Amino acid sequence: MTWIRIVAWRLAFAVPLLLAVTSGMFALAKASPFDPVRQYLGERAMVTSPEIMAQIRANWGLDRPLIEQYATWLGNLLAGDLGESRSMRLPVAQVIGERLGWTLLVVACALVVMLAAALAIGTLSAWRRDSWLDRLITGTAFTTEAAPVFWVGLLAIWVFSVSLGWLPAGGLTDAAATTVTVPDLLRHMVLPVAVLAFSQSSWLLLFVRESVIGVLREDFVTGARARGLRGRTVLVRHALRSALLPFITIMGARVPELVTGAILVEAVFSWPGVAGTTIKAALAVDFPLLAALTLLATLAVVAGNLLADLAYTVADPRVRVLGVS
Amino acid sequence: MAISQSWRRAWPGRSGRRARRPARRHRLALGTLAVLVLAVVLVPLIVQLDQQLVDLRAAGLPPSPAHPFGTDEVGRDVLIRSIYGLRVSLVVGLVAAVGSVVIGGLVGLAAGAAGGLADRILMRVVDGFNSLPHLLFGVFIVALFAPSATAVIVSVAVTHWTTAARIVRSEVLSLRGRPFVDAAISGGSGRLRVVRRHFLPNLAPQLLLATVLMIPHAIWHETALSFLGLGLPAHLASLGNMINDGQRSLLAGDWWSSLFPGLLIVVPTLAVSALAQYVRDRANPRWRSELML
Repeated sequence: MTWIRIVAWRLAFAVPLLLAVTSGMFALAKASPFDPVRQYLGERAMVTSPEIMAQIRANWGLDRPLIEQYATWLGNLLAGDLGESRSMRLPVAQVIGERLGWTLLVVACALVVMLAAALAIGTLSAWRRDSWLDRLITGTAFTTEAAPVFWVGLLAIWVFSVSLGWLPAGGLTDAAATTVTVPDLLRHMVLPVAVLAFSQSSWLLLFVRESVIGVLREDFVTGARARGLRGRTVLVRHALRSALLPFITIMGARVPELVTGAILVEAVFSWPGVAGTTIKAALAVDFPLLAALTLLATLAVVAGNLLADLAYTVADPRVRVLGVS
Repeated sequence: MAISQSWRRAWPGRSGRRARRPARRHRLALGTLAVLVLAVVLVPLIVQLDQQLVDLRAAGLPPSPAHPFGTDEVGRDVLIRSIYGLRVSLVVGLVAAVGSVVIGGLVGLAAGAAGGLADRILMRVVDGFNSLPHLLFGVFIVALFAPSATAVIVSVAVTHWTTAARIVRSEVLSLRGRPFVDAAISGGSGRLRVVRRHFLPNLAPQLLLATVLMIPHAIWHETALSFLGLGLPAHLASLGNMINDGQRSLLAGDWWSSLFPGLLIVVPTLAVSALAQYVRDRANPRWRSELML
């Protein structure tokens, strides 16, 4: 079974990676010039006695050696305890649990939109290669690729919220609303999802275009045409299908960019998800929360790579037989 | 059945329709970059930023001949501040790009020249760094070491060196098989001498190109961090800070204070990638895939 080997191989790489990332975080925190206790107390640090500060330090285990702190954290993590967020005064697991769903909702919707749009528009662009439409599409894609996502988000707010007044500028619900209703939520989701999908789809679109153009030159496409199959059939059933293979792998490899995009989009639209919370945690130097969120992002990347590998075995019979190179 | 027009377009070379001649885009790109660099160098000599003090009578003016990019919410000229911001971003981007290429070059050189187990371990490290979301890592570093230009530069350099490492490694691997390297080794040259005399001079063009290509990435990273309030100090006119400041005006309908600084990120990035495309089309096809942005 090839897929067992793939999972085993990925896990063998994931464990050292996660250990390296987490121990690296602890080493950085140790080297940081900030005193987490002062950060936690804020202005009250002026009036708090050194004994109490030492007490807090001991409670957090900051007086113990780095290795011991790390081992404790790792042990708690394996036991399912992520610690307590210092800025929100809540368990980290609760902070993440309340927000993860909103992030997944936006990212999943954006993924669907971007896949559909990139496949359709990329194929169209390859089909109408060198036409004015193709030049318009590729030109827009290159420009989007160069444009920072937060800037695109701000421009979208300006056009659709401020000027046209069609959609809300941010948040999860209207300020006056007390409960989350589906129509209200959908209205608030449109801009974040669209901006995230738009900013992430340009490279994908260009990639689809390139690979469809490449496949259109292949002999089997010529053969299919020569046998009298319709142009559209050849394009969709033969060319697009073969062009999809590298696409699956590259999707998995783009998860880090997706995380980056989600952080910025949530920050622009004040979306209450985990990605935007990262910034709040960073600004408050909330180490337990920041560490858990960094770990979560790394896990997302590992999972993305694994899913891409598995999808590839399903899509390409050659891999099933020959194994991954 | 006649071959449709669209099929003909999708299938160049056999359709009688000649492939489009490559546009002279690289000249336009070079010209744009030259104008921007000149502006960044000359404008600060002519207009001091001290003269751009708060002037509430001129606050929030839309673009006009006197203020081509308009004024921000406290009456500062957006054009002048954007040029200052571009200068800050370019310097930060350049230093960070050089830093990342130096780190990546050393790792790639070590991996390529040593080979064997060291090569495999180093390449796994490269894979590991590639699986980190760069911005998150940058946020982590800047949060723990107080927002400053140095923190931004370090966070960009330590997250963006992997591309350079891959390019250098593959180039070293191909150099190792060349006759002149064999000749040097059989002539008694040590490892260090081979690296210094034979590898480095041959790597110079790639390193230069990698640095130039890294600058837009570094600028992008810097502006994203600044936008989030985790980058350069807020009083400094940087492109990210300006877009962040413009956020409030934008909600009031003053689009220009965020739009123009953002354009100054987009335009040079497009110019650099057009140049890169030009160089790539004329260079060694082997490292094309490595340089894909």
